[in-house]
Amino acid sequence: MITIEAATQTFKARGGRVHALQDIDLTIGAGEFVAVIGRSGCGKSTLLRLIGGLLKPTGGRVTVAGDRVTTPRRDVAMVFQRPALLPWRSVLDNVLLPVEIFGWSRAQHRRQAQNLLEMTGLGGFAKRLPHELSGGMQQRVSLCRALIQGPKVMLMDEPFSALDALTREELAVELQRIHMELGTTVVFVTHSIQEAVLLADRVAVLSARPGRLRKVIGIDIPRPRSFGHNAHLEEVAGASAELHHLLLAEEGAAHHPA
Amino acid sequence: MATQQSTGSTLTRAWANTALPTLGAILAVALWWLVTVALHIDPFFVPSPADVLDAFMRDPGFMMNETWVTFSRVLIGFGIAVAGGLLIAVLLAASWTVERMTMPLLAAINAVPKVALAPLLLVWMGFGNSPKIVMVVLVSFFPVIVSTMAGLTSTPADLRELGRSLSASWWQTFVKVRLPWALPQIFVGIKVATPLAIIGAVIGEVVSPDHGLGSVIVGSGSSADTPLAFAALVLLAITGVVLFYLIVAIERLLVPWAAAIAS
Repeated sequence: MITIEAATQTFKARGGRVHALQDIDLTIGAGEFVAVIGRSGCGKSTLLRLIGGLLKPTGGRVTVAGDRVTTPRRDVAMVFQRPALLPWRSVLDNVLLPVEIFGWSRAQHRRQAQNLLEMTGLGGFAKRLPHELSGGMQQRVSLCRALIQGPKVMLMDEPFSALDALTREELAVELQRIHMELGTTVVFVTHSIQEAVLLADRVAVLSARPGRLRKVIGIDIPRPRSFGHNAHLEEVAGASAELHHLLLAEEGAAHHPA
Repeated sequence: MATQQSTGSTLTRAWANTALPTLGAILAVALWWLVTVALHIDPFFVPSPADVLDAFMRDPGFMMNETWVTFSRVLIGFGIAVAGGLLIAVLLAASWTVERMTMPLLAAINAVPKVALAPLLLVWMGFGNSPKIVMVVLVSFFPVIVSTMAGLTSTPADLRELGRSLSASWWQTFVKVRLPWALPQIFVGIKVATPLAIIGAVIGEVVSPDHGLGSVIVGSGSSADTPLAFAALVLLAITGVVLFYLIVAIERLLVPWAAAIAS
């Protein structure tokens, strides 16, 4: 579904060029859930924007569904760190925003929007304004807004990082359910190891400055997964430990090879 | 804080919204009265509220008519200023080149003392309504431009990125995101401009008196009728308050979400 070949991104900055990403190679299959994890400033958001067509790579190429990405595509939806809802629009009208912008029929998508809201537990809030909702509910609305595009690929940029811990877990479990139901390909940027292990088929670990792909780890735990007690505590602990090691040992990695 | 306000009964809030301002006004008038009586001030210098009411009651029909003349000039001029200011601001926000070319010019025009232009307007347009309306426009258009531009350029980064990720056109982004987002700030500019509009109308009427409260003030000066001048001033103040709260009402109607966002 997504191929990234030798993608490199540099930005002009004061005092020279900043290498945000260097020679990233990654192939993501249809329906796969890939988490991208790394410290802040490792270029993980940049990687997401390359796939989403919001940035053009300075080197290498990115394709989605076989086509080279040059501009944003309608079958690729983005979910941002903040809900980015329009405060004057009702919840339902916020979900229908992409429909309007794409010039699709509002009438035809109305029911679908309502269904999405019900799927995320917001059925009774369609007419409310965003500020009447909690942060977690707002982020659910933005998830519905992405899903109304009927996306083949969802790009999520630390979508739960601005929420409190419990809401974050709740939404992660919900996202897993939605992903299992719809089978959308998801690229999920996070700095939470816990989230990555719960959600991802594979976790791509990026190292910082320049952002390089350090390692891709497969998480072979059957779904549905859950936080807390379950039958796979050992596998979860193993994967978490490995990710911890990769992320924390980064600074001294050259001197203390694993 | 917010929950506390919403649990307070609507009756209490209605009381606070109407009774308190009324009480404040009554106290101010009482104080004015007290000062004129206690200090034995000659009504020729500062008339008491009773003298002012007397002056008004000599011919209430005439006074109301003059008030309406001024108010309609203000409304027309202010309407033109708001519409024109919005349009100019949109053009400036749309094109960086146009903005750089014309913004200093607009600021310069705004810096010219409008009173100094009044005799020129008289030369160009003669007597009647037009020079007064033009004066209203000249005095009040600038805050609308500045606030609209500020609003249009303050779209949050995440909303801009959302628009880009949906490949929204310039027009779509403008109509669906930037303009609604700018509305609260636009209303700030409009509210700043309301008293200016009234000042503009009075300048016009004082420079070439025909009708309107400005003309009444000029007339009262020549007949040394201070209470009449005060009556005209009070009516001007009331006009200003009415216009201001008219704008506030329109704002509540158009941007009911703004207060919630700000809190």
